[in-house]
Formats: sequence, structure tokens, C-alpha cells
Amino acid sequence: MVPLSYYLMLSGILFVCGVLGFLIKRNIITIFMSIELMLNGVNLSFVAFAARWHALSGQVFVFFVMVVAAAEAAVGLAIIIAVYRTRETLNVDRVDLLKL
Amino acid sequence: MFHLILFLCFGAICVAGAINLLVQSHPINSALSLIVVMASLAAEYLLLGAEFVAAVQVIVYAGAIMVLFVITIMLLNAGKEERTQGSRIATLVGVPGVAIGGLLVAWTLLHGSNGEKVAIGALPGDPKDIARLLFHDFLLPFEVTSVLILIAIMGAVVLASRPEAIARPHPHSSAPAVEEPGELVAPGKER
Repeated sequence: MVPLSYYLMLSGILFVCGVLGFLIKRNIITIFMSIELMLNGVNLSFVAFAARWHALSGQVFVFFVMVVAAAEAAVGLAIIIAVYRTRETLNVDRVDLLKL
Repeated sequence: MFHLILFLCFGAICVAGAINLLVQSHPINSALSLIVVMASLAAEYLLLGAEFVAAVQVIVYAGAIMVLFVITIMLLNAGKEERTQGSRIATLVGVPGVAIGGLLVAWTLLHGSNGEKVAIGALPGDPKDIARLLFHDFLLPFEVTSVLILIAIMGAVVLASRPEAIARPHPHSSAPAVEEPGELVAPGKER
């Protein structure tokens, strides 16, 4: 038996790591991976609450979150490739102008 | 007891991977540690009894999405991250803010929860029940997500293809003058 709060703590730690990576990292791909880390943390709390309340809808919502994350990863990485073609850099501090 | 030990082991691997993601300066190392995080999260889902979610986590997250990341890193030849001080306010205000928020959440969880416990395999449903829920109660959202995936794939193809492959050639493009023969351009097309 594991207390429910342990699962929520783990989920919170993952989310905080994701937010920290989002704030301190300068590489755009690593920032994107931090967003995936945040989504994973939220997924864990979804499943933990589903187990607590014996409700299967939590798992279905995790499924939807994964689908949206897949779509987001595909489009986001395509945008990163397009940005790299025009700017030749992956540093977010060097991508601060709308026009070239 | 055994359940708790397993939870702590995989949780420690998970947190170590997440911290390694922050510490590493090379994106490929961050991507590989993110795969470690996702795989150990799949083990946590198995401990909760969510076999379907664990399988989808390994197949979709640790498989498909991370392959996309790794291929992008290799394609762009992403080297070591260069440190620039562009947004000092993010580190000065954001990091303490995140720390305070995390401590508040931890304090609330430790003092506010009334010791509810989750047994091993506590989730009631097997994949059959999930499928019934997904294709009956959540049928409309399911179909909408399929449309979303389709649009995302088309958008990714349009965004990632070279501009001259889908549109007229740019008059004074900053692309290198030497044009490789292996581009995505139709054979007889004028550039």
C-alpha cells in the first residue's frame, strides 16, 4: 500500500522539474522536452486519482493527453526545423525577431 | 511493503532522470534521460494497475514521440547548449517562484491528505472496459482527436518541408548557393 500523496508528490516533482527546465534551459529542443516532462507529471496524477476513485475516465483522459502530446510534438518539431533553416540557431535568445 | 519499495525505486529513477535532463547541456543526453523518466513512469502505472496506460506510455511516449525528438536532434546536429543571459528575470523570479510553489504543494499534500492509500493494482478496469468507455462514452472526443492528429501530421509535413519544394523559389534566398541534388524538388521543376 502506497499513500496517494506519494504519487502526487512524484507528479509534482516531475512538474516542477519541467517548469525549471522551461525557465533555465536555452536550447529550444530541451525546452520542448521540459514541456513533455510536465505533461508526464500531470498524467501520473491523473492515473493516481483514477486508482483512488476507481474511475476509469482518468485513464481515458491520459490517453487523450498522450494524443495531444503526440500532435504537439509533431507540429512543434516541424516548427523547430523550420526555425533552424532560417536562423541557423537553436538558442531561444537568438530567435527574438519576427522578421529576418 | 514490497509495493512501497518498488514505488520508491522507480520513483527515484524517475526523479534522477528528470534532474539529469536539467543538468545535461547536450540535448541528446537530455532526450535519453527523458526516455528513462518515461519508462520508469510506465512501471509506476503498472504498479497502479493501469496496464493499458503503461503500454501506451511505452509505445507512444517512449517510442514514437521520443524517436521524433532524437531524430530532430540528429537532423539539426544540435551541439552543446550555449549559455546566454537573455532572460535574467526568468531565473531571478521564476526559479524562486517555482520553488515556493513546489514547497506549498508538498506541504499541503503532506499535511492535508488523510493518509489514503492505494493498493497494488487498485484500478478496476482491464483494457476491455477502457475500450468500452472510449468507444461508447467518449466516442466524439475520440473522433475529434483523430481529426486533430490528421491535421497535425499535415501541418508537420508542410512546415518541415523545404520552402522551395512547396512554393515558388525565393528571389534572394539566404540558402547556400550550392544546391544539393537530393532535395525534395520535382525533377523537371524550375528553381
